[in-house]
Amino acid sequence: MKLDAKIPSGPIAEKWDRHRFEVKLVNPANKRKFSVIVVGTGLAGASAAATLAELGYKVDAFCFHDSPRRAHSIAAQGGINAAKNYQNDGDSVYRLFYDTVKGGDFRAREANVHRLAEVSRNIIDQCVAQGVPFAREYGGYLANRSFGGAQVSRTFYAAGQTGQQLLLGAYGALSRQIGSGNVKMHTYTEMLDVVVIDGKARGIVTRNLRSGAIESWAADAVLLCTGGYSNVFYLSTNAKGSNVTATWRAHKRGAGFANPCYTQIHPTCIPQSGDHQSKLTLMSESLRNDGRVWVPKQKGDKRASQDIPESERDYYLERKYPSFGNLSPRDIASRAAKEVCDEGRGVGPTGLGVYLDFADAIKRVGESTVAERYGNLFDMYERITGENPYKQPMRIFPAPHYTMGGLWVDYNLMSTIPGLHVLGEANFSDHGANRLGASALMQGLADGYFVIPITLGHYLASNPLEKVDTSHESFKAVENEVREKTKKLMSMKGKRTPDSFHRELGRIMWDNCGMARSTESLKKALQRIPALRAEFWENLNVPGADGDTNQVLENAGRVADFLEFAELMCMDALTREESCGGHFRVEHQTPDGEAKRNDEDFCHSSVWEHQGVGKPATLHKEALVFENVKLTQRSYK
Amino acid sequence: MNITLHVWRQKSAREPGKLVTYKRGDVSPDMSFLEMIDVLNEELAAKGEEPIAFAHDCREGICGSCSMMIDGMPHGPQDLTTTCQLHMRTFKDGAEITVEPWRAAAFPVVKDLIVDREAFDRIIQQGGFVSVNTGNAQDANAIPISKEAADKAFEAAACIGCGACVAACPNASAMLFVSAKVAQMAELPQGQPERYRRAKKMVDQHDAEGFGACRNHYECEAACPKGISVRYIAQLNRDYLKASVAVAEHAGRSSGPG
Amino acid sequence: MASTVANDANLAKVAKQNHAMGWVRGFVTSSIGAKYVMAASGLALVGFVLVHMVGNLQVFLGWEKLNAYAAFLKSTGSLLWVARIGLLVAVLAHIVSGLRLAYLNKQARPVRYRKQTSMHTNVFARTMAVSGLIVVAFIVYHLLHFTLGVTNPADYALEDPLGRHDVYSMVVRGFQQPLVSASYIVAMALVGMHLSHGATSMFQSLGLNHPKYNSLFSKVGPAIGVLVFLGNISMPVAVLLGFIQPR
Repeated sequence: MKLDAKIPSGPIAEKWDRHRFEVKLVNPANKRKFSVIVVGTGLAGASAAATLAELGYKVDAFCFHDSPRRAHSIAAQGGINAAKNYQNDGDSVYRLFYDTVKGGDFRAREANVHRLAEVSRNIIDQCVAQGVPFAREYGGYLANRSFGGAQVSRTFYAAGQTGQQLLLGAYGALSRQIGSGNVKMHTYTEMLDVVVIDGKARGIVTRNLRSGAIESWAADAVLLCTGGYSNVFYLSTNAKGSNVTATWRAHKRGAGFANPCYTQIHPTCIPQSGDHQSKLTLMSESLRNDGRVWVPKQKGDKRASQDIPESERDYYLERKYPSFGNLSPRDIASRAAKEVCDEGRGVGPTGLGVYLDFADAIKRVGESTVAERYGNLFDMYERITGENPYKQPMRIFPAPHYTMGGLWVDYNLMSTIPGLHVLGEANFSDHGANRLGASALMQGLADGYFVIPITLGHYLASNPLEKVDTSHESFKAVENEVREKTKKLMSMKGKRTPDSFHRELGRIMWDNCGMARSTESLKKALQRIPALRAEFWENLNVPGADGDTNQVLENAGRVADFLEFAELMCMDALTREESCGGHFRVEHQTPDGEAKRNDEDFCHSSVWEHQGVGKPATLHKEALVFENVKLTQRSYK
Repeated sequence: MNITLHVWRQKSAREPGKLVTYKRGDVSPDMSFLEMIDVLNEELAAKGEEPIAFAHDCREGICGSCSMMIDGMPHGPQDLTTTCQLHMRTFKDGAEITVEPWRAAAFPVVKDLIVDREAFDRIIQQGGFVSVNTGNAQDANAIPISKEAADKAFEAAACIGCGACVAACPNASAMLFVSAKVAQMAELPQGQPERYRRAKKMVDQHDAEGFGACRNHYECEAACPKGISVRYIAQLNRDYLKASVAVAEHAGRSSGPG
Repeated sequence: MASTVANDANLAKVAKQNHAMGWVRGFVTSSIGAKYVMAASGLALVGFVLVHMVGNLQVFLGWEKLNAYAAFLKSTGSLLWVARIGLLVAVLAHIVSGLRLAYLNKQARPVRYRKQTSMHTNVFARTMAVSGLIVVAFIVYHLLHFTLGVTNPADYALEDPLGRHDVYSMVVRGFQQPLVSASYIVAMALVGMHLSHGATSMFQSLGLNHPKYNSLFSKVGPAIGVLVFLGNISMPVAVLLGFIQPR
């Protein structure tokens, strides 16, 4: 596996411009001769499919939902960053670039991040033109709010539903292209494999989730925009359907998987209430603008929050990180919550929770202003917990939320399989070891609206592709493999459901490869996962038939892939002998408990090459070169 | 808690369905309605029976997947709440709960509680957008938009496309859905160039899909988990009137793809 | 992409859509256009019902006034016929469009719910088609009774001392029969129900919905409904109770 990041030469601020000039273009009249498959219709997929169709490419888009609008981008709450400097508070492209590299604990590729910061401005313009109703000030101009890890106010938002509004914008653009016949939309269709012919990605094999039909689709290029793998933990803030299948199957066909151990644990989620719990609900990070995080100073203090006097409260984020306080980056805030809970100072019935208190904010600006800012979040909290956050502090606890790792891509967003491009959360490119708040929406849309339309043209124009259709033997071979696997899943007739395996896997991953990882815990996980996988393939029970809607079967296929992927994730975590961003190895910490990087040995992205299930994957390294940002110990104190 | 469920089971669109009764003991009041069904489904699967198929995904009230008629009300009895956010503490111990799929000719049943809502997508494809290609945009602050207009557009845009309005409407009309999308754009300067054309095309597609006509029962507003107001329907009525009566069809110039 | 002038086929299509036969038909059969038809014809009918009621209430002023009013209406001649035809068109439009909508709305939900709970709507709104149809049947009877004189030819033929058509006596004799009065009272209850939803609903259908006026709009329907009910039943009730005496 050769890793050539294809970073353009020249000063960082000129690389993207220079690249856009140097890439080969496809003549407008020729674009319709090229076909592109887009898998996933979240922010990255919908924006890419729409934009490519606007340019004239023939696009086939796929999603497993009943509508492209249901992709999980819709659930993003807080906002989207852009270096507009509308607040005149010192923001710039360079500052957004710098904040993102630093926030990612110096494990991202500089050139990609700078490009992201550059196009961030165009994204806001584009979305406003589409009719995305961002929040505005009374004068009619766009409003901004602050987010963790930045000291400028650069986050654009639409109440607590920014992801929804941006996705509806992209979905609108996509719908327009579907309506005019330039995109063929395939809903209820799940991608189950990539087809590689002569070393190039030439199509996919899918299962129709209504009829069970296994079908092949050929194209000149394939774009995976299939999101992240937080559901490897079973309980996460992701949608129930979010899965690793598309990227994992591509990995098994030769795409390198980079930094799978970089997972983000979001600090502000509603704590688990019982074993029946099916998912965890995020409370937007924007709440930390006005909420203050605290726990009792005393261990095991079981008094109700209002009975604990001010002097016996520990506002630990403000205490430990005075300059960023409650707006410390996510990894730091999460770990700090874990620490106080480990010390026995956690709150709530399980002791796994900390308070997020709005009493001061309500005193300062009034309940109605707080309601205007966060009303929908407060309502949601009350619906789930039955507690009123205007009257008593919220209880929050960290939960898996986002995965920075993903398929390795070069500067053109192309994986190690030529023709297979990966966009959005599914790739590894821009966030290093930790993502800053309000940057996921930015990256998904940057990739889809502004990057892939340029770089995909370059691939198509510079690679002669032979005509291939689905009658090619490679398609038939992959189809057969997929059919066999489905048949196998249906035929075991064991005792356990896919969900019970998933829950058990999630427990293993959360306990051993979660917020804090050690050699010992990772080795334990690496022992238990293969055993669980073996049991899965003997003792699984999938009722019903496969020629029909069968949600258990859909789930079984996804759990099967998580069971393979989890092993790689633990292996990556074990190999990375340092702490950085969301990856915290207990062996590597400073005396005061902060993450300690090892730049000498680990200033690289770890890219794994598949060698077969159960066999150790081969590690390749892409060295990270920092020419513009000086590597420092990240400090938010 | 003890709960008795009467759930609509239907193998496929072609086969007839019926209500099947399930008795549940040991239901925790902290469970969401869907988690209560998850547990039931795990038990059914363990017995080798087919679990109840139902649409769901984000489970935080925003993706619009869930679609259950619970005791005759879309998303159940709690106001402004989707099924996934409805918790069992809303029900009394010993309650009998009837669960059915959305019922509309334009939303055919796929299986059990899952219905096909692609009619909504086809309506959006007729004009639920601003026709702007990527790259066309001017600076985001170039056109000031009053906070009031932005907020109104946002309120309309909060629609999650779940279809509760159709499910609740005695006439299975989707006017609230259509009007919300049309209103979002009608409130904003960016939506003006296509305003009347959009209203006309989307309503015509609504009718072609076989949704019923609005008769001002306002059940939709009461059922909407996002609290979308029927005043958008009045606004749509005005725009549609103008589009039909005062705007001439125009051959114009075609501008190629897009 | 280069602009191209629309081709002939497209121009022909557009011309057809702009032709009145095309767009009017398209408009009145669309779900929203049909609402406008209902609202506009409904508005005309509400106007008629109110004027009709005010005219008839002159029965309380004695036979001279009422018969003079009837004679005046007759004397307008062709103007009366214009009004009658306008009324007929409104009635037909209201009935045809209403029945068509009722049919289409039934088609829109071919499988009913086993359980459905009303959250906002009321029985008046849900029974518009039924109340409307019964009222139509009543109107037919009403026309046969008072306008055409088919059911009670003897009453219809009466003349007052001035040689005019004696509407007063016809009405009083009609309402002296308890069954006839009862049918009028029941019918007016249905008309009241129909109007209490219809006359408020009309504003929304015509696109009138504004936070500053909605509470007013919401009261208009029930107010008209109650007014029409009370105003119209006051006549048979007064006759039955002997407040209005034969001439």
